[in-house]
Amino acid sequence: MTGSPALRRLGLLTPALVTIAVLVGVPLTLLFWISLLQKGGSSGVDWASVPSLANYIRLVWEEDFDGTMILNTSYLVILLRSILQAAVTTGLSLLFGLPVALWMAGLSRGQRDLMLLLITIPFWTNLLVRNYAWLIILREDGWFSQMVDFISPVGPIQLLYNDLAVVIGLTYSFLPFMILPLYAVFEKFDWRLLEAAHDLGAPRSRAIRRVLIPIAMPGIAAGSLLVFIPCLGAFVTPALLGGGKTLMLGNIIQMQFGASRNWPFGATLAVVLLSLMLIAMVTMAIWRNRRVR
Amino acid sequence: MTDSSAVSITAVSKSFGRGSAAVRVLEDVSVEIGQREFFTLLGPSGCGKTTLLRLIAGFETADQGRIAIEGQDVTQAPPFRRPVNTVFQNYALFPHLTVEQNVGFALVEQQMPAAQIRARVGESLEMVRMQSYARRRPAELSGGQQQRVALARALAPRPKVLLLDEPLSALDLKLRKEMQIELKLLQAEAGITFLFVTHDQEEALTLSDRVAVMQGGRILQMGAPREIYETPTHRFVADFIGDINLIEAEALPGNTIRLIGGAQITHPHQAHGRVTLAIRPERARIVALDASHLQARVVHTAYLGTALVHKLALADGSTFLLRQSDLDGAQPSLGSQIGLSLPADSLRVLVQ
Ligand SMILES: Nc1ncnc2c1ncn2[C@@H]1O[C@H](COP(=O)(O)OP(=O)(O)OP(=O)(O)O)[C@@H](O)[C@H]1O
Ligand SMILES: [Mg+2]
Repeated sequence: MTGSPALRRLGLLTPALVTIAVLVGVPLTLLFWISLLQKGGSSGVDWASVPSLANYIRLVWEEDFDGTMILNTSYLVILLRSILQAAVTTGLSLLFGLPVALWMAGLSRGQRDLMLLLITIPFWTNLLVRNYAWLIILREDGWFSQMVDFISPVGPIQLLYNDLAVVIGLTYSFLPFMILPLYAVFEKFDWRLLEAAHDLGAPRSRAIRRVLIPIAMPGIAAGSLLVFIPCLGAFVTPALLGGGKTLMLGNIIQMQFGASRNWPFGATLAVVLLSLMLIAMVTMAIWRNRRVR
Repeated sequence: MTDSSAVSITAVSKSFGRGSAAVRVLEDVSVEIGQREFFTLLGPSGCGKTTLLRLIAGFETADQGRIAIEGQDVTQAPPFRRPVNTVFQNYALFPHLTVEQNVGFALVEQQMPAAQIRARVGESLEMVRMQSYARRRPAELSGGQQQRVALARALAPRPKVLLLDEPLSALDLKLRKEMQIELKLLQAEAGITFLFVTHDQEEALTLSDRVAVMQGGRILQMGAPREIYETPTHRFVADFIGDINLIEAEALPGNTIRLIGGAQITHPHQAHGRVTLAIRPERARIVALDASHLQARVVHTAYLGTALVHKLALADGSTFLLRQSDLDGAQPSLGSQIGLSLPADSLRVLVQ
């Protein structure tokens, strides 16, 4: 290859650019285009309809029988609940993942590798199967449920088919995504820095707050994004463990593309979901940048 | 000395590992370090210097013995309750904090008012001439600059004792010499007791008021640099510090010592049988060859600018170094046999 360096760089970049364009650009454009169309026919999309923002309006406003628009908050409620569930799941993953990652970083080489293997083993099994397993565990006559009932001071607790079950299932599913990035920063962490903090008068808890956590922040941020974003779009776990009662954004989207055969509205919801994720990522990036400054 | 001691270490022992795998790292170590003293622990790698420092800082606990700082027993106190600060060998600066935040770390822990912290941080940075780097992060500093920040950070809370674990070992020779002088000045200025660790004997001799030479977890000899250099009590100390000639001899009754080759000299001693004599290369004198002196053959002569160093071979084949500062005097020719006088005041009789 000859020519100017800029041209050569472009040449080298071409495969990557083409891949991104075909696998990301085209589907996203298509999705956005469909969100502007109307539903129709057996394919779910009326390709001949006039593009409009009607679907986006439908998210909040509903046309009454006499043609007046009334506020419809049901989608907003689902949206908020999805965000809340994802946030609670992220918080719980952090709560459980932090000690585990810390503990792992202190193990010997061989033990660490074993732990990493154990943490990745669930990925060998389909998510659906693992959620069915939770179905059995949380069932009223399941061992876990029985145990909880046994020690519960307020009588039997309904564990299945509610928000709690969904949060348990989601936390379980996404915990490894929290542990792994946390482990990556703790593994590189120079523990002598904690000694330095002690030396300068900081007791254990203060040293962790002023030294360990700030240095681990990139891992905490990465783990939180890796849990929060897929949680927002999760639909298998809410469908199975929530028993169809506690719908999340992912379930509605799935329904629009499936049973309801309303691709344009499904696409609209998907675009909203994508935008939310984008906002989460950009917020995180800005926040991290500010910390580095 | 207990009341006036900055640091008082009494019969401290420490082992790592348990059961049969236990390794004794410190064995019955006792040291008294005076107020504002520049005290150095000197010894080869692995002799337990860092371990002793970590015991004083509180990162390890002693198996036996007692550690007191300014008369206060701290044997069981956690590191954050001890009035000592450490300059770590690797500096251990906090990478996520700026230079001034690093230096102010301990002051925030003491809940000092912000204005006072700012003033103290400025003062500390000025001491090490790093004011203009206050807003940088450790990664944006050179090794020498990081070293200064580590020093400022440890000095900022005004500890009673500063522990320095080979703080200069990562620096190149020139910077190291500069920092040695600065350290010494800083200690005088701050008026703080320094407990310094090094395995560089020259550094130890240059900087210290007193030096403790360690080997295998024990303190062999403690004293002023000059005392350690000129009157070593152990073969190891003599050998470790500077160049020295160690020659085998036999102690006879009546303060007589028989040298290699049969010559006898008179020298006070309490030993009996085989002993080692130690003499610095610059202390031996060339004399005429006769039966009352040690005999040697000149093997090699090196010109060092300010002195000549002759490498000599003794009758038993061992090597003897002789440093001749008098360049205008008579110089023995290569291969010639000469006599060596060992002045009594420079000759040490060492136990093994
Ligand atoms: N945590 C530990 N566990 C087991 N052995 C240890 C531990 N720390 C130190 N040792 C051993 O104790 C001995 C003394 O170590 P120490 O670090 O005090 O040596 P040092 O004199 O500082 O050496 P250097 O000049 O190389 O820094 C060494 O043999 C070392 O292997
Ligand atoms: Mg050491």
